[in-house]
Amino acid sequence: MRAADTVRFAWGAAAGARARTAFTLLAMAIGVAAVVAVTAIGEGARRYVVAQFGALGTNLVIVLPGRSETAGAMPGVLLGRTPRDLTLEDALAVRASRALRRVAPLVVGAGDVHVGALRREAPVLGSTAELQDIRRMTLARGRFLPAGDPRAASAVCVVGATVAAELFGGRAALGEWLRVGDRRFRVIGVLAPQGTSLGFNTDEAVIVPVAAAQQLFNTEALFRILAEAKSRDLVPQAKADLEEILRERHEGKRDVTVITQDAVLATFDRILGALTLAVGAIAAVSLAVAGILVMNVMLVGVAQRRAEIGLLKALGASAAEIRAAFLVEAALMAAAGGAVGLAIGRLGVWLAAEFFPAIPFGVPAWALVAAPATALATALVFAAAPARRAARLDPVQALSRR
Amino acid sequence: MIALSGIERVYRAGGETVRALRGVDLTVRAGEYLSIMGPSGSGKSTLLNILGLLDRPDAGRYLLDGRDVTALGDDERARLRREKLGFVFQFFHLVPRLSAAENVELPMMLAGIEPAERRRRVARLLADYGLADRAHHRPSELSGGQCQRVAIARALALGPAVILADEPTGNLDRQTGREVMAALERAHEAGAVLVVVTHDPEIGARAHRRLRMRDGAIVADTSA
Repeated sequence: MRAADTVRFAWGAAAGARARTAFTLLAMAIGVAAVVAVTAIGEGARRYVVAQFGALGTNLVIVLPGRSETAGAMPGVLLGRTPRDLTLEDALAVRASRALRRVAPLVVGAGDVHVGALRREAPVLGSTAELQDIRRMTLARGRFLPAGDPRAASAVCVVGATVAAELFGGRAALGEWLRVGDRRFRVIGVLAPQGTSLGFNTDEAVIVPVAAAQQLFNTEALFRILAEAKSRDLVPQAKADLEEILRERHEGKRDVTVITQDAVLATFDRILGALTLAVGAIAAVSLAVAGILVMNVMLVGVAQRRAEIGLLKALGASAAEIRAAFLVEAALMAAAGGAVGLAIGRLGVWLAAEFFPAIPFGVPAWALVAAPATALATALVFAAAPARRAARLDPVQALSRR
Repeated sequence: MIALSGIERVYRAGGETVRALRGVDLTVRAGEYLSIMGPSGSGKSTLLNILGLLDRPDAGRYLLDGRDVTALGDDERARLRREKLGFVFQFFHLVPRLSAAENVELPMMLAGIEPAERRRRVARLLADYGLADRAHHRPSELSGGQCQRVAIARALALGPAVILADEPTGNLDRQTGREVMAALERAHEAGAVLVVVTHDPEIGARAHRRLRMRDGAIVADTSA
C-alpha cells in the first residue's frame, strides 16, 4: 500500500466516524491549548519580571546588611545574631570605588502624611539626589532632592503622583508644605507616574533627604545602599569593591550582601523558566487523558470495524498495513487536534493580552513545538494497543460476524 | 491448480472438540467450476476458508498452483490472497463509508497500483458489471444485487486465479441471485476457477462439478 493511500484511507476512516473523531480531536485540542495558554502565562510572568528588573537599571548593585548568598533568609538572623547595620557613612565611603558611577543610600519607613486635614499613610523613602538616576525616576514638575551634603536634613520632599493627587487634590503641590509625623517638608518636586517597580509603588511614596528620614524614624541604619556601576562590564568590579570597602569598615567582617541586577535577573529568569516548564508539564497531563480517550475511541473503532478489518485481510492487507492504517488514523486526529489546540491557545493568549496589557504574554517557542509533538506521541502510544489488536484479528472470525 | 490432501480442521469450543474437516482430499484443475453443498455445520465454509488461506488446517497439505502453502507465514498468505484469490461473501462486506468505485479500488490500493491505472481499471470493471452509473453511490444507496456485483467486481479487480464465493446469493431474492451467479460465471468463463458454497440446490446445480459434504467430509463428487 502506498503511503498516500494509507493516509487517505485513515483519513476516510476518521471522517467516517464523525462524532468519535470530533471528541478525540477536541480532547487533543484542549490539551494542546492548555499547554500553550499555561506556558504563555508563565512566559508572560518571566518577561514581566525581567522587564521590571530592566527598569531598575541594568548596572544596579544593591548592598543589604547581613551576610547571605541570596536575598532570602539571612543566616545571622537564624543564629540569633543581629547583622551590623549599614550606615550613611558606609554609603559615603563606597563612593571611593572607581567602578561606581553613583551611590544612593536608602532608608525606608511608613509615615503618616498630613496636608491640612487630609491624612494618608505612605511609604517614606530617605535618599539623596542620586536616587533619581539610579531608579530612573522622572519628574512631572519641580526638581528632585538637591545635591549637597547628605548629612544635612533639609526640610524638602518629592512626592509620588498618587500622593500629590490625593493630598493636594486639584491644587498645585509644588511649594506647599506637608507634614510627616512631627516634621514638616516643603514639596519641591512631583514625580511623574512610574507604576509599580518590583512591588514598590513610587507613585504612593514621599521621598525626603536621607538624614531627615533617619531622624524621622530615629535610626542610624540604612535599609539598602543602591549603587550603579559605570558599565555592565564593571558590575563584578563594583561588587568586589563594595565588599572590600565595607569589610574594611566593618573590622574585617564580611557582614553585608551585595547583589547585582544580573545575578538576581538570572535567578528569577531560571526560576520562572523552570516554573513555566513545570506548569506546562502539568497541563500536558491533560494530553495524557486525551491519549486514554484516543485508546478508547480506537478500541471502539476496531470493534465496530471488525468486518472491514477482516475484509482488508481477505483482500491481502498484511498485519503491518492494518496496524499502519490505525496508527495513521490516530496520528491524523492528534495532528488535527494539535492544530486546533494551537489556534485556541493562541486565541486565548491574545484575549489575555487584551485584558491584561501590562503582562507581556507570549508562547515560548519550545511549547509551540512540544505541545503538538506530545499530542502526537501520546496518540501514537495509546493507539498502539488498539492497532495491534486490529492487526491480529483472525480474518475468519472477523468476517463471520455481521 | 489446487490440491488438498488429508486436510483436518479441529475447533475447540468450551471444552468440546469439533472436527470441522476430517481428512479432506480435493484436487481442482484450472478452469473448473465447483459448487459445495451440504447441511449447516458440514464444513463447507471451513473448507472454503482453508482454500482461501484465511484459515490453517491442523493437519494435511495444501498445494496452490504447485506450491506448498500449508505452512506459510501470515504476510506471505496475505500476499497470495491478494495475487491469486478473490472472495465474494454472503453479506457483501463492502466498506460502508466508501463509494462503489472506492470499494472496487481497495484491492488495487493494497497492491500499490498507480492511482491513474486504478481509476481506469475501476471504470472498466464497474462498466462490465452494469454499475457505471452507480460508481459514486455508497453501499447503503445500492440494492442487494448491486452490492454483490460491486463485491464481485472487487474480487476480480486484480484478476484472481481462483474465485471463492461463500453463499453469494444467500442474501438475495431468486432473480437477483441468478443475475449475480451469471456475473460470477462470466468471470469463470474468462479463465478463473470458481468455487461456490451454497445451500440453494438451483444455484449448486449450475456448477459443472458438485461436491456434497457431511460431517466434515466430502461424501459426493459429481460432474455434470
